[in-house]
Amino acid sequence: MSQVDSHLIEFLLRQGDNPLILGHRTSEWCGHAPALEEDIALANTALDLIGQTQLWLSYAAEVEGGGRSNNDLAFLRDVYDFRNVLMVEVPNEDFARTMVRQFLFDAFQVPWLTTLQASSDQRVSDIAIKSLKEALYHLERSSDTVIALGDGTELSNDRMQTALNYLWPYSGEFFGEDDTDKAMEKRDIAPLPVSIRETWNSTVSSTLDTANLIAPSDPFAHSGGRTGVRHTEHLGHLLATMQTLQRSHPGAQW
Amino acid sequence: MNTTAVTVSQVWQWLGEIPDPEIPVISIVDLGVVRDVSVQENKVSVVITPTYSGCPAMREITEHITKELTSRGFEDVNLETRIAPAWTTDWMSATGKAKLESYGIAAPQAKGSPNRCPQCKSTDVEKISQFGSTPCKAQWRCTDCLEPFEYFKCI
Ligand SMILES: [Zn+2]
Repeated sequence: MSQVDSHLIEFLLRQGDNPLILGHRTSEWCGHAPALEEDIALANTALDLIGQTQLWLSYAAEVEGGGRSNNDLAFLRDVYDFRNVLMVEVPNEDFARTMVRQFLFDAFQVPWLTTLQASSDQRVSDIAIKSLKEALYHLERSSDTVIALGDGTELSNDRMQTALNYLWPYSGEFFGEDDTDKAMEKRDIAPLPVSIRETWNSTVSSTLDTANLIAPSDPFAHSGGRTGVRHTEHLGHLLATMQTLQRSHPGAQW
Repeated sequence: MNTTAVTVSQVWQWLGEIPDPEIPVISIVDLGVVRDVSVQENKVSVVITPTYSGCPAMREITEHITKELTSRGFEDVNLETRIAPAWTTDWMSATGKAKLESYGIAAPQAKGSPNRCPQCKSTDVEKISQFGSTPCKAQWRCTDCLEPFEYFKCI
């Protein structure tokens, strides 16, 4: 029996779980957004993210080779099996936090997927090329919205700054580094996340400047999501909703 | 029916009659989601690609193709979904773009915004929202005739 490529599986789960959990969170807005256009935009963004999830988790399931499908990975795993960064699982709270989070995430995804296009793993490269087109479009919208609301009224600026202050300590986890990251780098599958930190910093700081928002200076960073060591209490609640069908009716088919 | 005499171009023609489930005025071939067709006696293979990774119409497109080619006599219809090379609006046919406009949807443009209002043809247009009723469209408005319209996003 051949050895399971556990580092590659871990890497693919991280790629798939971020858009899965953020996609689910974003879909919670469906029917509740402040304006019809925003409702549609949020639902479509969520749809893109779930689509990207299917590509990553299908590949993860294939590499795993244990007969599980992408759906099994999404709906039959429990909290500590998830490998998403903590930022994507915290509650939406309000439109400000939702859009600041989307922006911080998109500002990471765009340079990240850009580098993954050159992955030595053809499948990773294919998924990155497909997803990047969508991520670029998401970044255009989220940065425009951050600027419009940050540089808007006193109230909207205040809400955006509050959201930024809350989310900022969660942004450091994007650039985490462990044995899986090192293994991916060694095999030219993915660079170390820290290699795109400067690009992220410059996108974020130029947008925040234009938006009259101030990035907190405290370098403290929450972590534990991408390694699965310590998720927030919120992920379990999210999964209870997202996985309710499979939990109530195991094996149900669409 | 015996399919041994069916040519690849005949299959393309049949597929060219299958409407896109979300924008039925254009076919799945006009849209550029059919990437390859091959025929071997009673077996036909079709490669399709999604417009957007989460395109909810893929399942319906798959079912339509299978139903169509089965009804044409193929015993074995093999469908493969491929994401590379990634779909681009460049693959949309000129016929498809013209049909879109006459249907009221502005065709994709490389510059990222519609050329003109599909109703009155005015070039004075403004963006309402980056997204529309499907993942592939955005909402725009004509500042001359004041009609809102959909724009097929360029990717
Ligand atoms: Zn007009």
